Amino acid sequence: MTFWFAVLGASAVAFATKFAGYVVPPAALEQPRVKRLTGMLPVALLASLVVLQTFSTGRDLVLDARAAGLLVAVLALVCRAPFIVVVVLAAGTAAGLRALGWG
Amino acid sequence: MTAAPTDARSAVVRQGLSVAVATGLYGVSFGALSVTSGLSVWQTCVLSLLLFSGGSQFALIGVLGGGGTAGAAVAASSLLGVRNALYGLQLVPVMRPRGWRRAAVAQLTIDESTAVAVAQSEPPLRRLGFWVTGLGVYVGWNLMTLVGALAGNSLGDPKRFGLDAAAAAAFTGLLWPRLKGREPVAIAVVGALVTTVLVPVIPQGLPVIAAAAVGSLVAWCWPQPRTGDEA
Repeated sequence: MTFWFAVLGASAVAFATKFAGYVVPPAALEQPRVKRLTGMLPVALLASLVVLQTFSTGRDLVLDARAAGLLVAVLALVCRAPFIVVVVLAAGTAAGLRALGWG
Repeated sequence: MTAAPTDARSAVVRQGLSVAVATGLYGVSFGALSVTSGLSVWQTCVLSLLLFSGGSQFALIGVLGGGGTAGAAVAASSLLGVRNALYGLQLVPVMRPRGWRRAAVAQLTIDESTAVAVAQSEPPLRRLGFWVTGLGVYVGWNLMTLVGALAGNSLGDPKRFGLDAAAAAAFTGLLWPRLKGREPVAIAVVGALVTTVLVPVIPQGLPVIAAAAVGSLVAWCWPQPRTGDEA
């Protein structure tokens, strides 16, 4: 039930946000500072989510096969690999290491 | 309205469809990750149908899968979607939607449809780019979400296939193109540090909100660029 609440709640907010762009007076969001803020917010959020997904098990910080996967993902991104390739390489790295008994 | 030349129109269609295929494909990883985060196949598909914004969807399942509350998950997802309102502002003069079309245009307003639309030279091509990309991504993303959700359910322990590492890589892939210049890099580092420090000490789901708050503060206080060199 909690999950359904999250799913439907987030969907409603997402649609309202998208719709707002078509009805909000442009002046409100076009101030340079507000514009920069909305551009930078995703950066902070995504960086946080990378840390959570790589080093956290809920309440603890750990170093496991996910860290190696992240390293490979970054290398792939440096080499300009497409998104799907980055994801697959990271998963493959972690899966490979675990098959060898680490992480 | 003068019709754009046929070859210009087919170039836009090709562009939109290639973006749609590339984006749609990673709906597989969303679908698989979502069910391994504990959501049902139905919940996963409803997310792609109704929420339809990749970053927000990953954030929602990331927080829920990590044991965060529904409120924290909705907050993280919603903050990540704020940029879609800005896209709408850019698209109002292009799309000028009326009536029911306004809801359809709003729902399809995402990174990809906006990017392809604004990249075109004239209004009819922009509208074409928006619809082809938006509808293409919508269909591809939803089909691939279903495929991933069904496959993810039958995989057994997701760790065996490194699906947890795939989630980390997905967020990194979404973050990467934004790291241009000192300000975004500084904000990313601050966001990562705040999260690392807070994970062991505050309830699950809150570190991501704290990172967003501190990151916003840094962005707000960052020295304004001189007019003309705005990124």
